[in-house]
Amino acid sequence: MLTRRAFLTRSALIGCSAAASPLLTPVSFAAAPWDTRLVVIILRGGMDGIDVVQPYGDPQYPGLRATLAGGPKAGALDLDGFYALHPKLAPLMPLWRAGDLGFVHAVSTPYRHKRSHFDGQDLLEAGTTSLGAQRDGWLNRMLQTVPGVERTTAFALGSGDLKVLQGAAPVADWSPEAELQMSPQAMRLTGLLMQEDPLFRDALDEALVLSGADPEQMQALANADLFQDNQMMEAPMMDGDAAMQMSVPRNIGRNGHVKIAEFAAQQLRDASRVASFSLTGWDSHNRQINTLGKALERLSECILALQTGLGQAIWGKTAILAMTEFGRTVRENGTQGTDHGTGGVMLMAGGAIRGGQVHGIWPGLAEADLFERRDLMPTGDVRAAAGWVMRGLTGLDRAVIEQTVFPGLDLGQNPGLIL
Amino acid sequence: MGFSPQLADIRFGCGLAPDVPSPASVPMMLDGLSGPDHMAQRFAVEDFDGFQARYQRMVLLHRQKREAANQADQAPLQDEITEIWMKTREEEVRWYGQILSRWRHSPNGFRERLVLFWKDHFTAMGKVGILRLGTQPYVESAIRPNVAGSFADLLIAAVTHPVMLQYLDQNVSAGPNSHAVAVKKRKGVGLNENLAREVLELHTLGVNGPYAQQDVRALAKLFTGMTFNTTGEFRFAKGMAEPGAQQVLGARYGGAKPQQARVLAVLRDLAVHPATAAHIAHKLAVHFVSDTPPPALVDDLTAAYLRSDGDLMTVYAVLLGHPDAWRPEPANVKPAFDYVASACRALGVEPQMLFDQAVRKARFRLQFPMAAMGQNWLRPSGPNGWPEEDDAWITPQGLSARIRWAMSVPRLLGSDLPEPADFVDTALGPFANDRVRFAASAAETRTEGVGLVLSSPAFQRR
Repeated sequence: MLTRRAFLTRSALIGCSAAASPLLTPVSFAAAPWDTRLVVIILRGGMDGIDVVQPYGDPQYPGLRATLAGGPKAGALDLDGFYALHPKLAPLMPLWRAGDLGFVHAVSTPYRHKRSHFDGQDLLEAGTTSLGAQRDGWLNRMLQTVPGVERTTAFALGSGDLKVLQGAAPVADWSPEAELQMSPQAMRLTGLLMQEDPLFRDALDEALVLSGADPEQMQALANADLFQDNQMMEAPMMDGDAAMQMSVPRNIGRNGHVKIAEFAAQQLRDASRVASFSLTGWDSHNRQINTLGKALERLSECILALQTGLGQAIWGKTAILAMTEFGRTVRENGTQGTDHGTGGVMLMAGGAIRGGQVHGIWPGLAEADLFERRDLMPTGDVRAAAGWVMRGLTGLDRAVIEQTVFPGLDLGQNPGLIL
Repeated sequence: MGFSPQLADIRFGCGLAPDVPSPASVPMMLDGLSGPDHMAQRFAVEDFDGFQARYQRMVLLHRQKREAANQADQAPLQDEITEIWMKTREEEVRWYGQILSRWRHSPNGFRERLVLFWKDHFTAMGKVGILRLGTQPYVESAIRPNVAGSFADLLIAAVTHPVMLQYLDQNVSAGPNSHAVAVKKRKGVGLNENLAREVLELHTLGVNGPYAQQDVRALAKLFTGMTFNTTGEFRFAKGMAEPGAQQVLGARYGGAKPQQARVLAVLRDLAVHPATAAHIAHKLAVHFVSDTPPPALVDDLTAAYLRSDGDLMTVYAVLLGHPDAWRPEPANVKPAFDYVASACRALGVEPQMLFDQAVRKARFRLQFPMAAMGQNWLRPSGPNGWPEEDDAWITPQGLSARIRWAMSVPRLLGSDLPEPADFVDTALGPFANDRVRFAASAAETRTEGVGLVLSSPAFQRR
């Protein structure tokens, strides 16, 4: 057993730890490297850009898709007389009209031919020209190039891997389902256990703060003298589980995406500048009308949750980018879906972007215009679009973007994606 | 301080168990590696020969489906394809339960630890079709039987395996002057450096090893021809192989006619290269001892590797006989799987029973939480495998998932929770300390008491 004296000393130390925790110390806005906000959403599975932003003005379009025929006559929302928006994104139309929603069409990563999700996503997140060249992600490399990045400057959200943010720059990771709710007694005792090991102690402090624990309460708990509370020490152990029951950690539930977006907004309103998470469910080989519809609903809910959560002022300096590993075949397949393709669409939202238009160069849908006679021909590199957004938001040098963030990329002409 | 049975089980094995004796000596731990593999027999996992039957059936079904005249003919084929997928997915979950059971019951956990170590060193996974579920069979066939032999044999078994060939794109790599490219002009086929690069960077010399881009390219050319056929077996396809000799690290390999022998020759040389020795020695020391291992330990391991031409038993003997390996303070943080598995072992629960009774429930309690802890079983994010660094696991999110698991799952695992005060000694042995004892006795419930012991840094390190 610890002596009373030893315990008092260590209890006092807990107090120190809470005060020293980086998350308990308010970060001044001046300390952050820039004031704009960037959210990158990775759409895993290959989003069908042609169905999301439908080129109904292209003469070839109607003949390519039977059950997936789009355009305003099929319920899509006309954007500019050439493109129409998938009806499931209707909740975003007010953003489009306000200039806070835009798209870049016919873009892709440099990934070609093989159309594997696995490699396609790796390349999208690595931001390189070929695989294996670099182990970190492009968003992390962006953070590596600026001074003043702290642990909470960027958040990787959700429980899956997020390679785009992996690398040498510090990044906080969190998922709302990781929330730690404990009985006060368990919290006290857990804090006591972690006290002997700084790695565990700091991680616990951060976890509690991210779980919404009140820093003052934490401080009070940390300062409590466990030994003075004799009753607690001698309390008979209950056989049942009368105390607060913790839930089994698991993958995020049905509304997880909204919780993640709300959490991102909450952090971005504060000291964070970058957040990234991924949405799955875009691999629409069968009955695309269902799969894509559900995925778009989730995307739309995320964007609206971010808008609400950020508040008007922060929304005004925010750019949200949603990008996918590849687009899908221009022709519908035999199971009312589409197969893995090449060129696709990138979505942009937020007050900082130049919305209300579909950027990019439309390649056409005639057979000769297609990539390998089956996919939308990419006319732009999705990394260049992201690079210009990044440059517009942070003022990062062109050379840094072309050499470090996206090594080997030619940014080309400024497409004016940022206001 | 030297060997102690409990520390041996904690640091080099699967942790302490109330009903499995710890190894009595270092010779016993080493003997346990070369003897019969009792755990693999008792808790069987499909090997790759067995898995090939699934693969062959799928290849056939897909071919028949392509050739089917109409949708009506395709439907029953598609049904069988779906059924094989679902069954194999379920099998994969059961295999996980079997691995967990091996950890739970092994009297010589060092073997289980080495299997995971080398599995991670040779990280691979299928990328396309049913092969995506063939990772555990790959480990069972290519890694597990080879952990106590020579590194060269292990290297060859892993690098020439169909799962590795697909994972690192070797099966589509063809030499620029090969028949496939130069004569038949096959589209979408060309030289791919992926496997060659990772063999040099990850599997043998290490990222700081003495190789240059030209060595990567030459090795990639030597590797061309390695692929697998529709039976899921390795095949050396001469039509894809680059003709002519290549120079790797200054040595010439291959002749005018490409043969598989050139691949084996270069791999055998790489296996005994001094840079490989240093790389493997460092990795073993990091994995078993500390993120920052004592240099003397690494040097001694390197020397043992070199003088034995990469005989792994010799290297393990030096590791287990080294005073630096037995420092009494808890060191490395257990990765998520090792954490969950060692907790099951300390609790004395029966994972096999759980997976037999209700595979879904078992999965929710024992497999999914690992993803929240940062380890999506069998699916690391790249060929470099899972991180070794303590702070990669003990993040706010990762630690939170561990604490939540420790405080919620043990009571759902089918046996009565132990008395927390006793459990401190069962689980921690020599790592038990006053702090943990106090927390265990002061907890309000048995669930929290046990949860606190499993949450303690003393249990999470080894």
